[in-house]
Amino acid sequence: MSKINLRVNGAARSVDVEPSVPLLYVLRNDLGLQGPRFGCGLGQCGACTVIIDGVAVRSCVTATSSVKGEITTLEGISTNGALHPIQQAWIAEQVPQCGFCQNGQIMTAKALLDKNPHPTDAQIRDGMAHVLCRCMTYYRVQAAIKRVAKGEA
Amino acid sequence: MSTPSTSRRDFLKSSGMLVVGIGAAGAAVPFVESASAKKAAMPYPDPDFHQLDSWIVIRQDNTATFYVGKTDLGQGTGTAFRQLMCDELDLPYKNTACVMGATDVTVDQGGSGGSDAISVDGWPMRRVAAEARRVLLEMASTRFGVPVEKLSVSDGVVSVAGDPSRKITYGELIGGKRFNVMLTGENIDATTGVAKVKPVQDLKLVGQSPQRYDIPAKVDGSLKWAVDVKLPGMVHARNVKPPVAGAKLISIDESSVRGIPGFVRVVSKGNYVAVVCEREEQAIAAARQLKVNWQKPAAAPFPTSVGLFDYMRGATPTSTKGPTDVGHPDEAFKAAAKVVEADYEVPFQGHTAIAPAHALADPSNGQMTIYSNEMKAYGLRNGVAQFLGMPREQVRVVWMDGPQGFGRTAAGDAGFEAAYIAKEIGRPVRMQWMRHEETAWDTKGPAYTVKMRGGLDAQGQLVALDYTARAADYCHLGYNEPDTVLIAQLMGSRRATPAPGQAVGPSNMYAIPHTRVTTQVVSLPLVWETPLRTGNLRDPNGPQSTFAAESFIDEMAAAAKTDPVEFRTRMITASSEDTVFHRARSLAVVKAVTELYGWDPRPSPKLRGTEEMLTGRGIAYAFRGQTVVAQIAEVEVNRRTGHVWVKRIACAYDCGLVVNPEALRRTAECGMLHSLSRALHEEVEFDAEKVTSVDWNSHPSLTHADVPERIDVVLVNGDPNPKRPDLPPYGAGETACKTVMAAVGNAIFDATGVRLRRVPFRDARVLAALKAASV
Repeated sequence: MSKINLRVNGAARSVDVEPSVPLLYVLRNDLGLQGPRFGCGLGQCGACTVIIDGVAVRSCVTATSSVKGEITTLEGISTNGALHPIQQAWIAEQVPQCGFCQNGQIMTAKALLDKNPHPTDAQIRDGMAHVLCRCMTYYRVQAAIKRVAKGEA
Repeated sequence: MSTPSTSRRDFLKSSGMLVVGIGAAGAAVPFVESASAKKAAMPYPDPDFHQLDSWIVIRQDNTATFYVGKTDLGQGTGTAFRQLMCDELDLPYKNTACVMGATDVTVDQGGSGGSDAISVDGWPMRRVAAEARRVLLEMASTRFGVPVEKLSVSDGVVSVAGDPSRKITYGELIGGKRFNVMLTGENIDATTGVAKVKPVQDLKLVGQSPQRYDIPAKVDGSLKWAVDVKLPGMVHARNVKPPVAGAKLISIDESSVRGIPGFVRVVSKGNYVAVVCEREEQAIAAARQLKVNWQKPAAAPFPTSVGLFDYMRGATPTSTKGPTDVGHPDEAFKAAAKVVEADYEVPFQGHTAIAPAHALADPSNGQMTIYSNEMKAYGLRNGVAQFLGMPREQVRVVWMDGPQGFGRTAAGDAGFEAAYIAKEIGRPVRMQWMRHEETAWDTKGPAYTVKMRGGLDAQGQLVALDYTARAADYCHLGYNEPDTVLIAQLMGSRRATPAPGQAVGPSNMYAIPHTRVTTQVVSLPLVWETPLRTGNLRDPNGPQSTFAAESFIDEMAAAAKTDPVEFRTRMITASSEDTVFHRARSLAVVKAVTELYGWDPRPSPKLRGTEEMLTGRGIAYAFRGQTVVAQIAEVEVNRRTGHVWVKRIACAYDCGLVVNPEALRRTAECGMLHSLSRALHEEVEFDAEKVTSVDWNSHPSLTHADVPERIDVVLVNGDPNPKRPDLPPYGAGETACKTVMAAVGNAIFDATGVRLRRVPFRDARVLAALKAASV
């Protein structure tokens, strides 16, 4: 075990864990953040996505000790209790079914839109390609992203 | 700990101490627990479904909570229940909340399954809500000294006709007190009071689309899922599965994991092995590291996935139904002007939920509480009680949200495993499967081979049809049975007679004078402890049988050189045996989908050009119970790569009464895309020892890149009786899944002239078929 300092959702946090422990388990089990979720542990599905310095990262395959930047989780994208426009679009479009993967959909969409506020349909498909949803809410996820891009959220 | 409180009985005892917070958007906020509730009421007897108080609690502030025995897997049934019950009660939607699936406070309505939430379970909910309204009006009548006929209700406020100053809220009449009203009915589905439900034209919320109350907490990260529950003293468990199907455990070398920090124990019985550690990552490491000596079985447990269909065709069936003849099919085939034969194949397909099985079991105080996303929470409770030999009253299941499993959670493996280990070690145990384990070892939708034969007369009419299906479905898994759930099988439990399983015929939709249907089940060599054990997968058997039947109808239309819609419509209209009702609704749905899509009548395939992208459209239509669906898929097929993109799907749906149109549209969209995933990607692969599909690369799923550019769903009311205000609800959760494989296959045929008779339509398979046909 060793002490690791992290910055999560704007706050300094310190944990005492094995350095190689995937960030996902530290966020969920040590820091009480439950937006990121375990889906595959292989970096294939995206349910565990967090944003580190603007990049969507799979926390299930990221060693905690390797993280140097600011971590943002689903809990951290709303400001002062006001939902982020992406979250508002998700509600307006009534996107989720079971909702389990939606952390990955929302966080990946945020990283995409932060970098490219007006993506084409092809860029949305490409940018979201590896975020899986077994309820198959993809059509509405894409509609919600387009809604944000048009400023309709 | 963070779990929804389920202490309603304490609320009733200590009236007014509990509150339900209703958020601005009408979201249910968990109960704030009263001091007495914290004492953990136990044991946990069944709520009495004959007590109105078991279903509805109304508080002084005129808010209400509905307690229903269902689980909402993300399709909005909870929202629909509130709409139905608010309409009967005349309460505003925003004043209500819904509690589902906690076995100690909600009556056993079976949880989820069979698309029956609205069509079956909505009825007792409506009747008890109507009864509550009746009782409240009686109370108001006594209060005001006027007959009930002089009273009216709006938004939970009762007022006297002609005297608006005399009014009182439901909360003022009953708030914090028990109804103490007995209901009747010999079972939960039949529960009723004296009051009648409202005629459908008086329902106001029904037919509107209030937003689903569960969605905000799913997008802001605040929802507490079953995976999130934490208890003091909790430990983490992981399974160690046999590396080869049917392997026998010889010995475990516990010293191989004793050095892992936080190691607690290895728990094992028969061929079941699990490790327990203090932290999650430690349990994962221990499961990987544990040395177990397994003995391979003497015989191969199954053929390879490549050889599966030959094996199935060559096997001796474990059971056969039929042949069931209508008319004289043998003579009709002899007399036919043209006979067409074709074999269709659907492989095993997994449930492959987005997250693996999980549950937390708490053995505190000699009871067993299981926090689980098990869709049939009540069955899990009963099964675990029997499995552990505990009285039912000492076991409760608290259903919480989780990954949608399409029937996977009807066999709550992780709940049984967590409870077993918790009882063994006396600490709360959180069990979670790993991805490789879930994909390889979850329950499977049965593989099918279907032999089709059709005969046309000289006029191109389909006069004879022979359908023979074989399903690899022997020892089909039941719901939470204590002697067939996987942990029980691995511990050596065997039923004298495995469940027979089934193969199903096509929906009976067309008037064909001479038909024969034969259905057979076959078994793989390994019957027990197999990763290829079958279970109900969303619209069980529907996609498989409909793929064969509705693709083959298209083959016959092509053989008759007739437009596929006209060919079908002719057989729907030609019926003399069919009821007017059935026929009228079928025609309405087929007409609606062709208008929605803009169908251009012509025979398939269309004339092919030299372009790289070939385009085409295909239709398929089916029934599930009384729900009718017709879909048109439009495809682009890349001639060079074999890649299929379904560019557009149009769907017409008649499921009777529609409670929440927007939620229903999304459920239909997602159901269609799930079947599209099965049509394009999904297949469980295995060698002769083990399942080799272990993750999202080896059991691929639909992705964002595959999504159609446009999906349209039109909700149809095809009732031929204009005097009937609306049909009853017939169930809508699964029917849209039925027809997609066939519609896509038919569209590929239209585009390319090549008939694909085996799913999934992966690029390599499509390309090989195109090349073989010199396309």
